[in-house]
Amino acid sequence: MVKRTALLLGIAVSALQLSAQSVILNNNGKKPTVAIKNAMVVPVTAAVCNNCTIVFSGGKITAIGANAAVPDDAMVIDGTGLRVYPGMIDSGTRIGLTEVESVPGTNDISELGDLNPNAFAAIALNPHSNVIPVTRINGITAAVASPGGGIVSGQSALIQLSGWTPKEMLIQSPLALNINFPRLRTSSFDDQPQDEEAEKEARKSYTEQLDKLRDLFRDANAYAKAASARMKDVNVKRFDRDVMLESMVPVVQGRVPVIIHANLERDIRAAIKFADEEKIKMILADADDVARVIPDLKKRDIPVILGPILAIPPREDDPYDLIFTNAQKLNEAGIRFSIQSDDAHNARNLPYHAAMCAAFGLPKDVALKAITIYPAQIFGVADRMGSLEVGKRADLFISDGDPLEITTNVKRVFIDGEDIPMDSYQTLLYKKFLARP
Amino acid sequence: MKQIAERRAQIAGFTIALCLGFAAFAQNVTVIRDATILTITHGKIEHGSVVMRGGKIVAVGLDAQVSVPSGATVIDGAGKYVTPGIIDTHSHTSVDGSVNEISLPNSGAVRIGDVLTNEDVNVYRQLAGGTTTALVLHGSANSIGGQSQIVKWKYGRPLSEWFIPDAPRTIKFALGENPKSSNFRPPPGIPAQYPATRMGVEEVIRKSFLDAKDYMAKWDEYDARKKRGENPIPPRRDLMLDVMADILRGKVDVHSHCYRTDEILMLLNLSDELGFKVRELHHVLEGYKVAREIAAHGVGGGTFIDWWGFKAEAYDAIPYNVAMMENAGVVTVVNSDSDELARRLNLDAAKAIKYGGLSEDEALKLCTINGAKLLRLDHRLGSIEVGKDADLVIWTGHPFSTYSRVETTFIEGDVYFDRTKDLAMRAELAKEKRDRLKKEADEEGKNKKGKKEPANG
Repeated sequence: MVKRTALLLGIAVSALQLSAQSVILNNNGKKPTVAIKNAMVVPVTAAVCNNCTIVFSGGKITAIGANAAVPDDAMVIDGTGLRVYPGMIDSGTRIGLTEVESVPGTNDISELGDLNPNAFAAIALNPHSNVIPVTRINGITAAVASPGGGIVSGQSALIQLSGWTPKEMLIQSPLALNINFPRLRTSSFDDQPQDEEAEKEARKSYTEQLDKLRDLFRDANAYAKAASARMKDVNVKRFDRDVMLESMVPVVQGRVPVIIHANLERDIRAAIKFADEEKIKMILADADDVARVIPDLKKRDIPVILGPILAIPPREDDPYDLIFTNAQKLNEAGIRFSIQSDDAHNARNLPYHAAMCAAFGLPKDVALKAITIYPAQIFGVADRMGSLEVGKRADLFISDGDPLEITTNVKRVFIDGEDIPMDSYQTLLYKKFLARP
Repeated sequence: MKQIAERRAQIAGFTIALCLGFAAFAQNVTVIRDATILTITHGKIEHGSVVMRGGKIVAVGLDAQVSVPSGATVIDGAGKYVTPGIIDTHSHTSVDGSVNEISLPNSGAVRIGDVLTNEDVNVYRQLAGGTTTALVLHGSANSIGGQSQIVKWKYGRPLSEWFIPDAPRTIKFALGENPKSSNFRPPPGIPAQYPATRMGVEEVIRKSFLDAKDYMAKWDEYDARKKRGENPIPPRRDLMLDVMADILRGKVDVHSHCYRTDEILMLLNLSDELGFKVRELHHVLEGYKVAREIAAHGVGGGTFIDWWGFKAEAYDAIPYNVAMMENAGVVTVVNSDSDELARRLNLDAAKAIKYGGLSEDEALKLCTINGAKLLRLDHRLGSIEVGKDADLVIWTGHPFSTYSRVETTFIEGDVYFDRTKDLAMRAELAKEKRDRLKKEADEEGKNKKGKKEPANG
């Protein structure tokens, strides 16, 4: 009986996995020469070019301008009444790491234990996840895929939302280490103190977690020193390799940044202090209370990943628009920031997170930058992507309006110059049931 | 614990004070002039006026056709849009504590209206998103969860004023993964609960109705004997069967959580067989697969526009669902099931234009009049018409633009949210909080000192 149940379960699971494998047409691997003519081209880093032509070939943008020459072999798209934007970049997602939230077998987000610097999102990416086409046909062409559990969750990858293998999707990996900074919770809700016993317990657990984190960095620094000493001199005593510490070496050497997730003021301040002590390249993420620490961020030039914006404020007596207004406060203060959906299935709504910031004061063009060029700059890939410029990756989309407006339709998507089929698991279901006899 | 509860009440007091500061609660006359009015049922009026008096809309039309009563408060609506208040037919906001009476497959006897609080700040946040009316429901842990409550978000007012006197009674059913406990274990001390399959869910609902029919027969017999002058012993009252019987009598509307094709059809077939009416299928993420069957039963559909993949039964959810149900003749609404989403149902409605191509007019109905219809309150809610409740929202731009914001929200002519006033009161509220916390800290300090003094040497 037990065996039989297990067998049935096995069948159920494999059926689910089947349904969770995308059968959507993938990119065809060709990077043709394409010219979009008569369009409104929005490069993001330069002035809008009206009645413009943009040309790309072999995956790279080759010309933009009202009088740009159209090569003889180009596939010509008439862009009359349409607009061309750089593909949007989501600064924080679980794309490729989850299929059905409630089904553990389809999730590869959180490894066991507190310290997993050697959990690389790039390893577990499912290039055939149905989440990918759903996301990219709304103009999101690249995303940061991040692990999520414990204190040190693992390392993010910057991926393009197209490819036949994980490797084909990778733009940069490792992109950043993720730390969920330990949270000191001495209140049961809002700002209200707990009873003494519970507070003592909270402080103890907080200190233990911080110690674990500090120990990891101390060990990693020692390991990095030993490794570089042995590199220089073979007579230095051999030591056993340690996969966990090895994965930390680029971090402690400042070559890979650390996304520190912290939300409330006290935790953000503690995170900044930690980054100072460890001399790491910090990117602050989540950060509902970011407006309270602006001078500290400014002084250190720490960039911020905001989002999800469509979220409720952390405390009962916060202004109702606390999270909507953070982006403009950072913008005014000259602090670098970008916006994440912090989602997988609905990462397609990234532009509407940015739009909500614009509804509450952020200039519209800046809101667009926060999901295109700004993330590219924060992650150090702005030489390759994030705007429409000659020489950059041909990650772009054609729309019939402002992509931050819900009622705008994305008509066509190119990723690394490849023509992306405008279908998803959902559009296929739509067509199937429209045709129900 | 007591101390925490007191503090909580104080904090809640701040936000309630904020709201009380808004509402005049007098029978003032207010006129919005020169606005774009989206009436929902009678098209768009540019340069239009709405007059509110005694909690009702008393005039609506072009500026030139609507006179401003003397003494009226006049709001300049130039460049602004006015809609009816947003209606959310699936809310758990303001429920004080757990939403699930998890211990029985049918806990239909319990009532959410008994456990509401008027201190949930999420109500205020939703007013700031234009939402004025909600159906507050139990969770979905039971096949039959309990009786729901239709409320207006009159934040700052006593709960008794939140209830709409002529609102129908409603009950929540739930089908699929949740009532069969697929994704959670019962809390410690509570044994695993029947049912564990969709077959069992059907049986729970079927048996409840069959029991109710027997129960009704017993009462009928009792009444008949009494009428004949006999002195019969009354049947034993059963609160669960009372409500099941009232469903069969058409006195309680069924609102059912559901996802998949099979369970949707199961409930519709059961309603045919046993003679009860389903008012709204909630979530109904596969509604598009059986839209014609739902329409043929005259049942409404309330759904998330684009949530999907959060569990196996939500894997085939598509954002085209709303347009496909609406086009098949199902009265369809977008609802929230979320404190967060309930603040921007207008934008979910806008997505039905993007996904499936509804017209702007059709899409506007998804968060207004259609909800009123499914709550059977369309005689007083859901559109801007003379005689209806003055539940109105002033927006900075078209409610379907992601760049628009709510400026002012009225319920029955009173202001429950106003952005200008909200901004103006922030500094004052922050100071009040600081002062109170300081006072409290000072008192605590004094008490501690007192304790340290040696008692009697």
